[in-house]
Amino acid sequence: MDAGKVAESGPAAASPEAAEAHKPAPNMPQFTRDEDLHAYHEMLLIRRFEEKAGQLYGMGLIGGFCHLYIGQEAVVIGMQMASEDGDQVITGYRDHGHMLATGMEPKGVMAELTGRRGGYSRGKGGSMHMFSREKQFFGGHGIVGAQVSLGTGLGFADQYRGNGKVSLTYMGDGAANQGQVYESFNMAALWKLPVVYVIENNRYAMGTSVARASAQTDFSKRGLSFGIPGEQVDGMDVRTVREAAARAIEHARSGQGPYILEMQTYRYRGHSMSDPAKYRTKDEVSKMRDEHDPIEMVRKRLLELHGVPEADIKATDAKVRETVNAAAEFATNDPEPDPSELWTDILLEVDA
Amino acid sequence: MATDILMPALSPTMEEGKLAKWLKKVGDPVKSGDVLAEIETDKATMEVEAVDEGVLAKILIDEGTEGVAVNTPIAIIADEGEDVEAAAAAGGKAKAEAPKANGHDTSVEPGGDKPATIAKTEDDAPRAPAAPATITAKANDPVMEEFPTGTEMVTMTVREALRDAMAEEMRRDGDVFIMGEEVAEYQGAYKVTQGLLQEFGAKRVVDTPITEHGFAGIGVGAALAGLKPIVEFMTFNFAMQAIDHIINSAAKTLYMSGGQLGCPIVFRGPNGAAARVAAQHSHDYAAWYSNVPGLKVIAPYTAADAKGLLKAAIRDPNPVIFLENEILYGQTFPVPKLDDFQLPIGKARIHRPGTDVTIVSFSIGMTYALKAAQALAEQGIEAEVIDLRTIRPMDSATIVESVKKTGRCVTVEEGFPQSGIGAEISARLMVDAFDFLDAPVLRVTGKDVPMPYAANLEKLALPNVAEVIEAAKAVCYK
Repeated sequence: MDAGKVAESGPAAASPEAAEAHKPAPNMPQFTRDEDLHAYHEMLLIRRFEEKAGQLYGMGLIGGFCHLYIGQEAVVIGMQMASEDGDQVITGYRDHGHMLATGMEPKGVMAELTGRRGGYSRGKGGSMHMFSREKQFFGGHGIVGAQVSLGTGLGFADQYRGNGKVSLTYMGDGAANQGQVYESFNMAALWKLPVVYVIENNRYAMGTSVARASAQTDFSKRGLSFGIPGEQVDGMDVRTVREAAARAIEHARSGQGPYILEMQTYRYRGHSMSDPAKYRTKDEVSKMRDEHDPIEMVRKRLLELHGVPEADIKATDAKVRETVNAAAEFATNDPEPDPSELWTDILLEVDA
Repeated sequence: MATDILMPALSPTMEEGKLAKWLKKVGDPVKSGDVLAEIETDKATMEVEAVDEGVLAKILIDEGTEGVAVNTPIAIIADEGEDVEAAAAAGGKAKAEAPKANGHDTSVEPGGDKPATIAKTEDDAPRAPAAPATITAKANDPVMEEFPTGTEMVTMTVREALRDAMAEEMRRDGDVFIMGEEVAEYQGAYKVTQGLLQEFGAKRVVDTPITEHGFAGIGVGAALAGLKPIVEFMTFNFAMQAIDHIINSAAKTLYMSGGQLGCPIVFRGPNGAAARVAAQHSHDYAAWYSNVPGLKVIAPYTAADAKGLLKAAIRDPNPVIFLENEILYGQTFPVPKLDDFQLPIGKARIHRPGTDVTIVSFSIGMTYALKAAQALAEQGIEAEVIDLRTIRPMDSATIVESVKKTGRCVTVEEGFPQSGIGAEISARLMVDAFDFLDAPVLRVTGKDVPMPYAANLEKLALPNVAEVIEAAKAVCYK
């Protein structure tokens, strides 16, 4: 993932026409060839991983709740491209993308989805509750909004230690209506905590559209009364995400306090696997897929602007597929946790 | 007509205070709203204002006097134009209204409605300030079994013991900090954090807005990141706003992360009934937290236990609920003077050995249990009183061993009966000591009603010593 952070100038565009077609809108941030390649790989990994998870769910290998991130990939990848190692990430229950983006192993994530011993939580957490201290990923939380106070606490710890790190605290448009979000905003602003609040506005809190649930539908304004700056970002374009993320993270890291990014995004699938998504039209979904797909946009740029041979892209596709298939294979064959695991990890032993 | 000025109560639980300073002197005219004097308790300093107009005829309690009981006449105000000398003489003989006994009736008499008589004559010498007693641990003193015989003991309040525990742990470990409402500049709503801000600074003694849900979550987040927060709730009633983070975020994350993310945090504050604060401020949550795997729950009675267990709680790598009691804050106990006095979590203590009946309690319930045991002894029944100290993990072994000896058990708690701590103990004894029981286990609990405000109803709602005695005699078939 570090490749994406290296600013290298890409090769010339394949043709003057292509360059013209991809001519950036004024102020549109541009990616180098390597950055686009990186973003493509990372987002595709999430997309294919989630599709596979959906498949395994259909086969009965994944139980309970399973919330897919398909459509929203540009948000977490753009954020990660602007973050530093050691910055913490915490989110709600639509969390598989965040795990992969922080570098967690697809095998371990998939095996947790199937409730196997090789899962990140040894099969005891499931889709909504996975963590990696190594990758500074703090979950994975099933109570809508709880991660916002917890993420603010991560920022509190960063400030306490003076370690220069930033807490990237994600929530959905639904969670943004929870009371503790505003309690957290207040304290984060009061104490100038290094927290970037990322509101992933995918337009629907389960089946309730933003307009039906929110008196203020511009989520970037949700911190106004606390003096927290915010902005609305095209969350379908990984370039705009990274650019805004860099600004927000710099703000937080430099001691100026929290920052709010409303990522305008879209989930293609239902809220969870059992959601037929009748609250929106098929046309709405296909329009987003056809015109704003975050991965397709990058793919086109790679082909037409950066002149990446199609074979190279197909090779990436194949590699990602292979990774995901291996993860599914592992998650299918890995044994369930030993029954003795029922009684472990309840309390830590006290050091003598 | 002369008016007596009485020692005011500054809080629902205040029983006495220090008359710190007189701001008016005899002969001074006084009008409504004038500050007459300053009063100090261990929690706060307050001004006494005049309600009526007149002349300060006589000062009954000198400034600097400690231990002045609430409602003691402290001065006499003569009406304007009244003979000050006569008023002073007459007023001084006015009978002082004794305070009504509020809640927590630990008198032995059933329903004993005998408020302490505190009216003082003018000749009463001011009470001497309590000296910091230095006593020595005795060999057979059950309270002192957990440290070497001969250890020097210092008398201190539960409040001071808690403060010292936190201060010692904060000196020892830079990752320990305290956050909560009024913990810093105000010095603690109940003065438990007194002096911590001065010693450790605002970075480690953090005043929060009134926002329990939010700051509990921030505390848990900081703990997941490896810090060791002490989160003070002004009372555990307010922790209901935050209980999602206590249960769902703090208690469960270790398990849900497959052992990766521990949560070394202490949630502490007063729990249960104080006095006359009604249903929303009087709930005992011991049974609630006791129900949750992933938590440890502590509810000490003595100052030594408060200190030793709070230090252990702060060092514990798990989330610990530390249930204090407002009434006990001001009570004094001997505390061992040791450099690093810690007590093991999960160990009950036999507070009073006995042979005839086992009484199990914790926190303020111990005050009923111990008074009952004393009264029972006078009637020839030797009760063994066990102080649980830790509610979860519960020290079943100590209870079972005791019941094997006595064959009888009474539990005492201020919480509600259904699914309470007594219910849990009863169930355990059914399994682990069934063959040793000579009588059914009886529970003395708070009544199954929201806590009423009225003094008489509140007293009825709480357990009392007579109920404990009655239950103990019942299981002894006496």
